[in-house]
Amino acid sequence: MMQLDNLYQEVILDHYKNPQNKKLVLEYDAQVHHINPSCGDEITLNVSLDGQSIRNISWDGVGCSISQASVSILTDLLIGKTMEQAQEISDSFMHLMQSKGTEKGDENVLEDAVALAGVSQYPARIKCALLGWMAFKDASVQALAKK
Amino acid sequence: MSLNPYEIAKDFPILSRTIRDGKKLVYLDSGATSQKPNVVIEAESNFYRMHNAAAHRGAHQLAEEATDALENARAIVAEFLNAEVDEVVFTKSATESLNLISYAMGNAEPGNRFHLKAGDSIVVSEMEHHANLIPWQQLAARTGATLKWFEVTAEGRLDLSSIDSMIDATTKVVALTHQSNVLGTINPLTEIVKRAHNVGAVVVLDACQSVPHMKVDVKSLGIDFLAFSGHKTVGPTGVGIFWGRAELLKDLPPFLTGGSMIENVTMTSATWAGAPRKFEAGVPNMAQAVGLGAAFTYLNKVGMENIHAHEVSLTALLLNEIQDIPEVKIVGPLDMNLRGGTVSFTVGEIHPHDLGQYLDSQGIAVRTGHHCAWPLTRKLGVPATTRASLYLYNTPEEIHALVSGIRDAQKYFG
Ligand SMILES: Cc1ncc(COP(=O)(O)O)c(C=O)c1O
Repeated sequence: MMQLDNLYQEVILDHYKNPQNKKLVLEYDAQVHHINPSCGDEITLNVSLDGQSIRNISWDGVGCSISQASVSILTDLLIGKTMEQAQEISDSFMHLMQSKGTEKGDENVLEDAVALAGVSQYPARIKCALLGWMAFKDASVQALAKK
Repeated sequence: MSLNPYEIAKDFPILSRTIRDGKKLVYLDSGATSQKPNVVIEAESNFYRMHNAAAHRGAHQLAEEATDALENARAIVAEFLNAEVDEVVFTKSATESLNLISYAMGNAEPGNRFHLKAGDSIVVSEMEHHANLIPWQQLAARTGATLKWFEVTAEGRLDLSSIDSMIDATTKVVALTHQSNVLGTINPLTEIVKRAHNVGAVVVLDACQSVPHMKVDVKSLGIDFLAFSGHKTVGPTGVGIFWGRAELLKDLPPFLTGGSMIENVTMTSATWAGAPRKFEAGVPNMAQAVGLGAAFTYLNKVGMENIHAHEVSLTALLLNEIQDIPEVKIVGPLDMNLRGGTVSFTVGEIHPHDLGQYLDSQGIAVRTGHHCAWPLTRKLGVPATTRASLYLYNTPEEIHALVSGIRDAQKYFG
């Protein structure tokens, strides 16, 4: 069971069972809808900005524990941050996902998201973990363009 | 005579390997692709080792041997399907076969029986694999024809109540799966074929999930065209079959053009060879075709009736045991009437991807997702399912392993 526990850390299962900000807030600067065509997971994600900082992120969707926990963690991490900080965190997360299990992730930057490090050993699941992050990237670009 | 899956499994070298820290492999994903017996692996590699040359070209002995090997494989396939040899076309896959026929129809000029135009219709069903849906969507879009479809009932059967209005005087093609790759449902063809022929339409059968698992006799089914993939029928990847009735192949324009599908060529024009050559442009996938011939020889030896009976009994066992878990919901027929060995299901709130990952940690290989039949899973109101698909080498122990794996996953994610 060792290897599987690496993937399904307690933190992930907690976020999966109690997802954060999983209720679409009606006021937003940009809304996106992303799909993972290989498994059918879907997410709708709203972003609102306050100048250069992220006022709110809310979402709704269906998906596996990895995809759901990953978005939930993302919202906890990025709400209240500046766009610049969000970029840094996203880059660090992308890097971790591509590490094929060789890295643990910087807890100072990624906080709970380091629990997803195990995903990088399962190539088929990386897309699950990235679904929400890709949606956020898309939405934040659109929100910035609007301002 | 019945079939001993433990003896059969010995013919498939991959089935004795281990998975994830030494777990015995339990392969329940034959609907996606089947495993290969030694005789197939050897036939394919032996072609490369001993007989490799471009078939139907060249004046040397190897070219002769390659041609013989290819044509011998064609004869085996023809006999397996109860077809004429010249009706059997080698393609790379079922996907290519279905694109072949849909593009070929799109190439038909006005006056050709296959010509499609606005006002004509193409009939499919809601349970089609994307490979037997999108080519027809595209053909409809290119020609202005209308795409219509049979709906699927809550039990996972085709709703044929509207057959007479569905297949009408405008219908040119009815393209249907023989056995659903998600539900396991085997579609009753007699009435559909009769109705289609009454209105002058042709019937295209996606036999990907039937040819590997039961006796498919193209003559007694009365269909017009058929497609399947070699890799699901214990054969190699990279080879598929397109079959059509001889008199229809005569009128069907080619899809791919190029080498060896011609009769005569000038700088500005070309005429076509007869079938099957007309549909086999370029140097064929000889080694894979030879491997497919070996696959059918193998299946014949085991006996298609035995294979089907074995799968029916394993599926009944699986349906019976899995339904003891209250959270399990089966997507597809619950009884064995017109049903094959593909069982899709959901388990409470556990996402199929997570369930599949847990089962994998136990060495059990299943498929998860929408199984390339997204409109169907949407219709049935499940974003994704877990699918176990059985074949001749699966055993009752493996069914028990799956069911107890599901129970353990419930504890893990509970
Ligand atoms: C019913 C059905 N049709 C078509 C296909 C497509 O087969 P292939 O991907 O080998 O071309 C499949 C296999 O995935 C299938 O199950």
